[in-house]
Amino acid sequence: MNQIVLEHVTKSFTTKSLGTVVAVRDFNLSVKKGECFSFLGPSGCGKTTTLRMIAGFEDLSEGSIYLGGRLVSDKRKNIYLPPEKRELGMVFQAFAVWPHLNVYENVAFPLKVKKRPHSEIKKRVALALHHCDLDGLEKVYPSDLSGGQQQRIALARAIVVNPDVMLLDEPLSNLDPHLRESMRFEIKRLQKEFGFTIIFVTHDQAEAMALSDRMLVMDMGNIQQIGTPQELYHKPVNRFVHSFLGQSNFTDVVIRDGKAFLKEDESNLLFSGTSLDLKGDYVMATRPNAIDLNRQDGYKTTILKRTSKTDFMEYLVSVGKGSIMVQTPHRNFFRAGDPCFIKIKDPAWYKPEKKDIEEERERRNTI
Amino acid sequence: MEKVELEGICVSYGEHMVLRDLSLKIEPGQIIGIVGPSGCGKTTIARAICGFIKPQQGTIKIDGKTMFSHKDRVDIPPEQRHIGVVFQDYAIWPHLSVYDNIAYPLKKRGLPKEEISPRVHYALEQVNMVAYEKYMPSQLSGGQQQRVAIARALTSSSDFLIMDEPITNLDAKLREQMLVEIRILQQRLGTTIIYITHDQEAAMQLCDKIVILAPDGSIAQIGSDEEIIRNPANRFVFQFIGVSNFIPVVIDDGKAFFDLEKKIPYKSHIPGKMTGTKAMLGIRPMDIVFDEDSPVRATVAQAIFLGNMYNYFVRLPGMEIRVQQIAISENAKSYSEGQEVGLAFLEERYFEREDA
Amino acid sequence: MFSRAINRDLAHLEGKGGFSLDRLMIILCYVALITVVILPVFMILYYAFWDGTKIDIAMFKQVIFQKSNIRSMWNTLVIGVFSTALATAVGVFFAWLLGRSDIPMKGLMKFLFSIPFMIPPFLAAMSWDMMFSGRGGYVNKALMSLFNLTKAPFNINSVAGIIVIEVVYYFPFVYMQVVSALERMDPTLEESARIAGASQLYVIRRITLPLTIPAISSGMLLVLITSLSNYGIPAMLGYSQSIFTLPTMIVELMNRAGGSFEGIRQSAALSIVLVFIVSIALLVQRRLLTHGRYDIIKGKSMRPMLIKLRGAKYPLLAFSLLFLSLIVVAPIVMIILVSFVKAYGLPFLAKNLTLANFRRIFVGNIMVRDSVKNSLFLAFSAASFCLLLGTMLAYVIYKVKPKGGTALEMMAVLPYSLPGTVMAIGCILAWSGAFFGITLYNTIWIILVAYIARYLSYVLKSSSAALQQVHGSLEEAARSCGASHMQTLKDVTLPLIKPAMISGFFLVFLPCMRELTTSILLYGPKSRTLGVAIYQLRINGQIAPAAALSVVTITLIIICNNIVKAITRDKKRG
Repeated sequence: MNQIVLEHVTKSFTTKSLGTVVAVRDFNLSVKKGECFSFLGPSGCGKTTTLRMIAGFEDLSEGSIYLGGRLVSDKRKNIYLPPEKRELGMVFQAFAVWPHLNVYENVAFPLKVKKRPHSEIKKRVALALHHCDLDGLEKVYPSDLSGGQQQRIALARAIVVNPDVMLLDEPLSNLDPHLRESMRFEIKRLQKEFGFTIIFVTHDQAEAMALSDRMLVMDMGNIQQIGTPQELYHKPVNRFVHSFLGQSNFTDVVIRDGKAFLKEDESNLLFSGTSLDLKGDYVMATRPNAIDLNRQDGYKTTILKRTSKTDFMEYLVSVGKGSIMVQTPHRNFFRAGDPCFIKIKDPAWYKPEKKDIEEERERRNTI
Repeated sequence: MEKVELEGICVSYGEHMVLRDLSLKIEPGQIIGIVGPSGCGKTTIARAICGFIKPQQGTIKIDGKTMFSHKDRVDIPPEQRHIGVVFQDYAIWPHLSVYDNIAYPLKKRGLPKEEISPRVHYALEQVNMVAYEKYMPSQLSGGQQQRVAIARALTSSSDFLIMDEPITNLDAKLREQMLVEIRILQQRLGTTIIYITHDQEAAMQLCDKIVILAPDGSIAQIGSDEEIIRNPANRFVFQFIGVSNFIPVVIDDGKAFFDLEKKIPYKSHIPGKMTGTKAMLGIRPMDIVFDEDSPVRATVAQAIFLGNMYNYFVRLPGMEIRVQQIAISENAKSYSEGQEVGLAFLEERYFEREDA
Repeated sequence: MFSRAINRDLAHLEGKGGFSLDRLMIILCYVALITVVILPVFMILYYAFWDGTKIDIAMFKQVIFQKSNIRSMWNTLVIGVFSTALATAVGVFFAWLLGRSDIPMKGLMKFLFSIPFMIPPFLAAMSWDMMFSGRGGYVNKALMSLFNLTKAPFNINSVAGIIVIEVVYYFPFVYMQVVSALERMDPTLEESARIAGASQLYVIRRITLPLTIPAISSGMLLVLITSLSNYGIPAMLGYSQSIFTLPTMIVELMNRAGGSFEGIRQSAALSIVLVFIVSIALLVQRRLLTHGRYDIIKGKSMRPMLIKLRGAKYPLLAFSLLFLSLIVVAPIVMIILVSFVKAYGLPFLAKNLTLANFRRIFVGNIMVRDSVKNSLFLAFSAASFCLLLGTMLAYVIYKVKPKGGTALEMMAVLPYSLPGTVMAIGCILAWSGAFFGITLYNTIWIILVAYIARYLSYVLKSSSAALQQVHGSLEEAARSCGASHMQTLKDVTLPLIKPAMISGFFLVFLPCMRELTTSILLYGPKSRTLGVAIYQLRINGQIAPAAALSVVTITLIIICNNIVKAITRDKKRG
């Protein structure tokens, strides 16, 4: 069953300086019950606006939204259900726990609003606190707690009503990297326990991939690609998705007879593969970690530069007049100037990008 | 001759001893990184060299000249030590234009006007900021302000700079770019730079030599990035440089065992790098691979796809360790939670065990 | 990161024992503060409890239990409590309307709210008096003839009248505090309550309002403290009906005493009662400021959702504009009109209008001419002294950090919590020959000393806020660039806090221009101030000339105010 359905959702607004800006364009999506689904994109791509439309904080310009089969927003039919009637759970980036209420009162708030009997409130709050590892902190005020604990209050407050849908708006961005990882596990665990459907908005690709069953990448108000994290990482449909989901090398090549030659020097064979049946000018996209760097086999070149990172080594190897970045485990150690060989695995091929797309992005970035 | 020589420096704030008998020699023409966890006293070293704090003990020499000596009661004030300093918060004076900021050290040295102008321009050229001479600091971005700060430090002293977390306040992309620029600048001018940071990655990328401070303020290791990665001096350095697993091991009957809830044999000979019968094995998650033939059996507790790699938490009896595998292609084999796997250890290191 | 706590070393490195600049400044600060602050305060205590030979509590008791004094204490409390409660209600209502609803014309309303801050309270009271005082007030007269009433519909010369005028004058204090809290509040705090199922009204009641309680209570206490120690409004409105509050009673006792030792002792004793009441309010305020400050301003800045007023929008707008124009615009119009009328009480017809009042106050009236000169001189010199002393204090307290830093700060802000009347009495007692035979009484200098003591904390606050912004590394950068400690002060520290110093100057200059409370006790035959001159014209029944002088005063204040704005704006842009 589809828990969340968006049909032709569009949001545009008019400002004095820029005229009409389309923040979200013709957005279509169905999220299955119990699925964890991420919206990923750079800031200003429209992901938060879409989430706020689902929550009911923003009106639509066009289209309709269904939650659990119920029509909650429709511009044409003039249907708009206010946020308090949508029965969602939501967690915000800045935690938004109420500083004048203690932990217990914060978490009990949604039940008190619904006028539940006192005994039931007590039981359900205790359960929610237990699930979020906040036992014993009932009487404490949020300002005396750490960022991670505050975010757990927000989570407990969201799960206490047992919602079908949980909206998470960059909930981990205000936490330090170490906490972020453990909160990610926490969210996953709670989902298993309660079975809610998650929409997770983030600009951090690793976070999105670690958490989601499926995800989408947005840019400039448009959905670029929808799929599982593995599909998106290994088969990005365009250059934008490729570069947004991790580090990328883009090399201009000419493909002839299943062989890719360097564009600037067509005698320089870079890659050959049996499955390569394209022809003409292409951009070869490779992942720095999907290149095998060794001392005996592949395309012969030299190390231009070594950079030691905490988890891996990063090398720039010379390719024609340019270079390609390669990442290897620490044990694979080279020095700058060392001769070496590289073997490229599973590259992606894109038609050279048109200028105007880059210009549009430029324009958007100045907003 | 050493550029900077610290000998027996002791600094304490009240009861708390930050630096205890620290000695360090810094050769000219290099970038020296001083790295360590927060509170280890790295900033205190910089402040002592600059003259902003007075050590209780020891000697500080710059270019062989004594700047501070407790014994001989020498304490040259900061304005006479001729060090260029770049601060974390830029410390660009907001009421002065870019030009006036950079010209300030020259004016204080009493240089005639006609000499100041070309030297300011030269400094601006070095940091690619010539066009901004007339701007006020508030009109500049964070990265540009940091460049002005570097130019000012250069006019103050072109052969010796101290940078204290100079790029921490910039965003990730700019940080990368500034690191490259600092390196290029240093190579062109041959400046000696002391670079203070908590970011070991930036230090490894930028510095010729890295001084790693332990939390108690003592020096854990001095070396190039290669030496530190390939031969970490101790467990602290290994742990500080990257994600790591530590497994206690014991030698019994000529074989090596993991000394966990039960003894698990993992090598049928005594590892060459190991001395004694008990040790702590340190290994990076990337250096553990799945190997069905290995005698070390474990269960996958968690498998997380992060794009460039899979991150596994793998359970050994009484211990969970982290394993990372590069995710090369969509069809590459991945392991799911609950699966039993064999583990092989590629590049293990041995450190002292506390209970040994 | 270079931590600031160690900054002291900068100065220590400089001072090789012996005499240093920093040490000189510390000594100067102590001398100045003891002279202008501690001596007067000490003298009040001395006179209240010392009968010349021994400690004497009997007189103190007698003063406290005197019937007229109990009456004035009661009035003070009633006026304080009611005007605070009402001002809070009005202030919170407008704050919510402007901060959270979609009411139009917000810009205009915000401008109107700022006007009461510019007009001295006693002038506003005088203007209200012109409108609503018994049968003579213009509005009362108009209403009586319109509805054929035999009695005046409003009587402003009453406790209720004083309360109403204080509400009108003080509610912007609450409004300002609350509206800024609302504007800075993280909107997701309210959104998450909506998501939890709460309706709009429920969110206001259970989330928005409780979160602004710290702002509301700090505004409230500001009103309470100001009301308790206010002299101008009760003096203007209550004097004619013998309605006294503590501050006006103290002045009255002082005047009646005519310099007798016993009389002065009585007003000193009453001053202590007033200080005691105000101190309780101040203690509560301090507690509230240190505790219960919620951090409600984190997160990404987003526009808060404005609540749609729908049908109520235009009725509310009409009401607000009417209310604001009545309380803000009407008094100004009234004063201007009266300043052009031939004699107070004549209807505003073309034939009754004249410029004679302005001529009368400027030509041939030495008292008025003196008062303009005196006020300008006092404002300028008080502001300059405060600037010097206050900035030096701020530097000593926050940068040099000597051992007794907190004592210095407490001494400097002490007069801020003392009602002006009390400070004035302290000055009289201290500078009528009590020390070294110095007698400043009846001269302009005693007013100057009182002004400096009273307003020193304004400069201290603005300069120390600016100094704390000057991060230690800015000074250390100068040191490492080859500048000495002195040069660093001159080239970096002082220029950086210059904008704050300039605004600190005007923060003192403006209130001095319109001061009445202390000067009414301290003026001599040749040292009247603008406030005193207006007050005396008014008391002597020269109401139209008083209005004319008020118009001149307000114009002067507005001009100065705009100069400040222009200067501070320029600095920000630079």
